[in-house]
Amino acid sequence: MKNLALGLIAAAATFNISTAAARDSISVVGSSTVYPFATVVAERFGKSTKFNSPKVESTGSGGGLKLFCKGVGVATPDVTNASRRIKSSEFEQCQKNGVKEIVEVLIGYDGIVLANAKGAAPMELTRKDIYMALAKLVPGPDGKLIENPNKTWKDVNAALPATKIEVLGPPPTSGTRDAFAELALEGGARQVEDIAKLRKMKADQKGEIEAMVAKLGVEAAWTAAVKKKGEKAKGKDVVKIIGRSVREDGAYIEAGENDNLIVNKLVANPNALGIFGFSFLDQNSDKVQGSVIDGNAPTFEAISTGEYKVSRPLYFYVKKAHIGTVPGIEEYLNMFVSEDTIGPDGYLIDKGLIPLGDEQYEEMSSGAKALNNLAL
Amino acid sequence: MTDQIIAESDARVVAAERRAATLKKRKAAEKRFQWFGRISIGFGIACVLFLFTDIVSKGASAFTQTYVDVEITFDADTLGLSPQSTEEEIRAASFGSFFKKSLRAKYPEASDRRQKRQLYALFTSDMPLILRDMVIADPSLIGQTTTVSMIADDDFDTYYKHSYGKNLSAEDKVSRLNEFQEGIVDDLVESGAVERKFNSILFSNSDSREPELAGIRGAVVGSILTLLVTLVLSFPIAVATAIYLEEFAPKNKITDFIEVNINNLAAVPSVIFGLLGLAVFINFFGMPRSVPLVGGFVLTLMTLPTIIISSRAAIKAVPPSIREAAYGMGASKVQTVIHHVLPLAMPGMLTGTIIGMAQALGETAPLLMIGMVAFIVDTPTGITDPATVLPVQIFLWSDSPERAFVEKTSAAIMVLLTFLICMNSLAVWLRKRLERRW
Repeated sequence: MKNLALGLIAAAATFNISTAAARDSISVVGSSTVYPFATVVAERFGKSTKFNSPKVESTGSGGGLKLFCKGVGVATPDVTNASRRIKSSEFEQCQKNGVKEIVEVLIGYDGIVLANAKGAAPMELTRKDIYMALAKLVPGPDGKLIENPNKTWKDVNAALPATKIEVLGPPPTSGTRDAFAELALEGGARQVEDIAKLRKMKADQKGEIEAMVAKLGVEAAWTAAVKKKGEKAKGKDVVKIIGRSVREDGAYIEAGENDNLIVNKLVANPNALGIFGFSFLDQNSDKVQGSVIDGNAPTFEAISTGEYKVSRPLYFYVKKAHIGTVPGIEEYLNMFVSEDTIGPDGYLIDKGLIPLGDEQYEEMSSGAKALNNLAL
Repeated sequence: MTDQIIAESDARVVAAERRAATLKKRKAAEKRFQWFGRISIGFGIACVLFLFTDIVSKGASAFTQTYVDVEITFDADTLGLSPQSTEEEIRAASFGSFFKKSLRAKYPEASDRRQKRQLYALFTSDMPLILRDMVIADPSLIGQTTTVSMIADDDFDTYYKHSYGKNLSAEDKVSRLNEFQEGIVDDLVESGAVERKFNSILFSNSDSREPELAGIRGAVVGSILTLLVTLVLSFPIAVATAIYLEEFAPKNKITDFIEVNINNLAAVPSVIFGLLGLAVFINFFGMPRSVPLVGGFVLTLMTLPTIIISSRAAIKAVPPSIREAAYGMGASKVQTVIHHVLPLAMPGMLTGTIIGMAQALGETAPLLMIGMVAFIVDTPTGITDPATVLPVQIFLWSDSPERAFVEKTSAAIMVLLTFLICMNSLAVWLRKRLERRW
């Protein structure tokens, strides 16, 4: 009985200590795409400075910004990584919760690749092919958008092999999936003439939008856009909805967030294609090969010059109010933006990050080192 | 009369025939049933065997690590140090460029920038730090030439373990090294400088993004701290609850309600407890994220019902005669429980606790919610330091792009399974050893 009471007292005591303690290591949250890079920096930071190693959590870009914007104080993270830019709605949320000053750092790019097993025939695709193969709605024979009828790649483009369309990709919660839908699917959709026209229509061209919507047969998307945006709905919003919806009849297979799993499934099934980040292609280049998209293979050079179109910027955001409260934040930021880390020969480049161009790098690093505030 | 006898014997014959027929059927049914059982067991064993062989075949190679013996001259001029240098001076010296220079001197054939980078990439990126620590430990090394056992980079390690000297076709080869690097490795192996040793790094280091430097120490310590918190909280609470409910509480609607709830809680998916922990401990009480303390709280909530149920069963199994004898000797109710019932029920309670702890050790889902799924390099030193646990480490490694993490993942699974088997065997042993039959 005595031991029991002692145990309870000990538990109560530790509880009090924990609530009072301040934090002495940086807390980083955010994108699973930036995670492999941020963790390398965190590790080196801990080993080469007198500070503790930052703790890095992989919560996804949206999840990270949500935690980040919750407020100021040691219970909230100091840094969040994102595989897209902060949205204005998120920025407003931050402002509302007292996170007024944020430093934005663009660290480089990540290519999204469509790959198949080595040994299988390499694919040469255009973004339009990808759209026609994977979107939910594609133009039918009369120009109206219909449920995707394409079964094989040959149906999409006569130059492609007659293999079944089977694409393994991440689920809707993933930033990779969002970026893929935006860059490859919507990018391909825009090459359809009527969709391109619709995209250019402004909010005051209601009549024209409605005519085009009727011609394409996408009234449902238009209603959804109006519901969301009200009077401000424009052609672009409709295109966003129809361009980014992925077919659900089994051609696109949700394979979970684990990219290694997708690589293994590709090796087992040479007919399938898989969607994942460039760093996984880079690490598994003996097992899988990237498909050529719009004439460019997903190589390091093609992504950094922007020739390979399916790539996205990677960011991290720093809470300025925490600099000085949690030790090491400014040093971590400086180390992250240093030439050694993300310069053209930096160690993150060896890990598969695509570096910024020289001018872009100069601009970014001087802004980041001066801790310039983000304004949207 | 004779007719009657004939009729009776006929009836008997018919009954015997019928009996024989149904007996055959019943025997066949019993055989079938046994066979179903055997097939099920066989299937189960086959699955477990498949799992184990898969994990062991993938993970066994992670328990060795490739080292390369290289002669390094700690040149006083290049380092700008002397044997009399203080630790501070040594820390400030540029070991990075010293290390690169030493390698370049060894391999002058690496001419252009690319080849030089490929040459450095054969060794782990921590090599300069390791050299620095060597010099700090023994400053007399400065100016001397010694053989340093260098840790090979993960690509080198994988190549040497799986592809070297096997004449594999280009497709089967597991290697990210290029021809230039393979040439160097082949030379090194031929000169006898390369050696596979037991991978002590796996147990002495914490997590790292370099597979050759990654270890499970941080995760094991995190698991121990988390389980300690869980044990300290859940065992007394569960035992007190069980004793009260079993021995003191009146049988009424309220206690019935509590009992139903405890049984239900035992079946609640663990991720729900994670959400509860996030809402209560982190958001409401403002405790820090990713610490073993909160992890222990959450796992306590999860294991409490398991321990309460097994503790109650253990108390129920103590025969009433023990209590009656104690009362008969004039013991009070509390004395009866503490002096007689509790010691006799203890083995059962401990078994339940160990099984509950083993369950908690393998849990990831609730910890995801409270931020314990994180990359943490520093080994935790207390229950309020950021930490992760073994199953989370496995999850994180399985998701890493570097190929060499595949074998590390399987190795970590093997370590986790060892822990689980040990805990469960301890539970079985305790039961066998201390249990009393009435």
